[in-house]
Amino acid sequence: MDVSSLTIRKIQKGLTDKKFSCEDLTKTYLGNIQKTDKEINAFITVFDKQAVEEARRVDGLISKGKKLLALEGVPLAIKDNMLVSGQKCTAGSKILENYVAPYDATVVKKIKKQGGIILGKTNLDEFAMGASGEYSAYGVTKNPHSSEHVPGGSSSGSAAAVSADMCPVALGSDTAGSVRYPSSLCGVVGMKPTYGAVSRCGLIAMASSLDQIGPIAKNVEDAEILFNEIKGKDSMDATSYEQLQEISKKIDIKNLRIGVVKECLRDGIQKEIIDITKASIDKLEKQGAKIETVSLPHIEYGIACYYIIMPAEASSNLARYDGVKFGKTKEAKDLLNTYLETRGEFFGKEVKRRIMLGTYCLSAGYYDSYYLKAQKVIVKIKEDFDNIFKKVDLLLTPTSPFLPFKLGERLTDPLSMYMADLLTVPANLAGLPAISVPAGSVGKLPVGIQFMAPQYEEERIFKIAKFFETL
Amino acid sequence: MIDIKEVKHIAELARIKFSEKELKDLQKNLSSILDYFHKLKEVNVDDIELSNNLSIDRKTTREDEPSQDNPEMSEKLVELAFERKKRFIKVKSVFN
Repeated sequence: MDVSSLTIRKIQKGLTDKKFSCEDLTKTYLGNIQKTDKEINAFITVFDKQAVEEARRVDGLISKGKKLLALEGVPLAIKDNMLVSGQKCTAGSKILENYVAPYDATVVKKIKKQGGIILGKTNLDEFAMGASGEYSAYGVTKNPHSSEHVPGGSSSGSAAAVSADMCPVALGSDTAGSVRYPSSLCGVVGMKPTYGAVSRCGLIAMASSLDQIGPIAKNVEDAEILFNEIKGKDSMDATSYEQLQEISKKIDIKNLRIGVVKECLRDGIQKEIIDITKASIDKLEKQGAKIETVSLPHIEYGIACYYIIMPAEASSNLARYDGVKFGKTKEAKDLLNTYLETRGEFFGKEVKRRIMLGTYCLSAGYYDSYYLKAQKVIVKIKEDFDNIFKKVDLLLTPTSPFLPFKLGERLTDPLSMYMADLLTVPANLAGLPAISVPAGSVGKLPVGIQFMAPQYEEERIFKIAKFFETL
Repeated sequence: MIDIKEVKHIAELARIKFSEKELKDLQKNLSSILDYFHKLKEVNVDDIELSNNLSIDRKTTREDEPSQDNPEMSEKLVELAFERKKRFIKVKSVFN
């Protein structure tokens, strides 16, 4: 069967109308994984047996005429940095090669409770540190649109899997753009919620003040459905909160004021990307949206702030991989050498680089000039957003500053890789919800644009993104 | 360029063993990244009081009491350790 046009609603309608069985559906996706994934490498683990068993359970319910829960019968994939009880969770790292999760992440619990069928765990840059999908210990993920190009990272496997019809929807995590960036490069929809909208319990921590789980899907409606199922306050994550239902009144597109950030359409952004973004702006304007050019003067400092704060938090978070408590260990003569040897051997190059950077920025004598300074500049960035959102309802920017680059092209120069986060990282620093939606392509290579809204205004970005995808 | 001695010191603090070549590469990479951070000097932050600008305004606290919700979980977590003696995690000697 052809699953390329299936969405959550279509799947559930097809199941209840008995157009196809859940077993056939699940086996089709598993078959696609088997066929395509040798080339793409989007999955680290596939749960063939459990997924088919789960599908049969759903078929049983349907034959009894039971009503389906929100995600019942919907196959999906989970980034391999979220725990699924009893299954391996590698975070893309050698150090967790044999680690079996002792419990379900809150998002996984919620998905299971709503009857979602987990097909497997997707590849990622090690510990979600990377923008290209090339830093996984389990091999490079390739862009389904062009195997010479990167799929974007760090949720490389989730975005590639949705794009290549290996699953209809997937979860990723986004610390600086890791859901939105690969979604843009793979031609799918990726959404990062307001910080705290989704529980981080059971998400392997990278930079805790910025990490947020988000959906990746073929269309905006599916991203919204999945988001609504995973959001909510969790006693296991003190930063989570309960989202008020129906935040905004009726939103009329014609009344929306959309700010186009001028700093995001100038030198440093590839011309093709600017052209597609401008064409998107024109389309919206023709439909009556009010477009205003706005300025976020401190946005250009986002990358520098992020690459101080993130490594600082990551270097503390990753201290738990010590060769003692869990993960891998390397025999050594004493405790100190157990630490040194284990971490030296089983962490990858980029992870080590970021731990070193974070340790440096937090070390005696440097705290004020790096960490403290970055925190203060972030306040400036937030103030920019606060001021702008007094004038406009939403912001529009490209998602990526450049087209997907070729595999290997940026590996030798880490700073050039970090620049990929330029347009996505501000939303993380300010805790805002944001979404990337496909806006066009250059040859085979997809290009996405991004909408950002004030905190808690997820509904606005879903609304505008749904409208945009009909144009 | 940061001093190689400093790179070695940071590696010790970070508890990671590196080869000499890795240390040299890090010296180069870290230096160029740290140089980039100097961009932040352009921003005047004299007026920013961090205490008034906490990044999350919904901090919650609770009493520091062990949760009884899931008593088997602590057993499961201890079982992940490499060496154990009953419910204790065993480590290599700290002093030789």
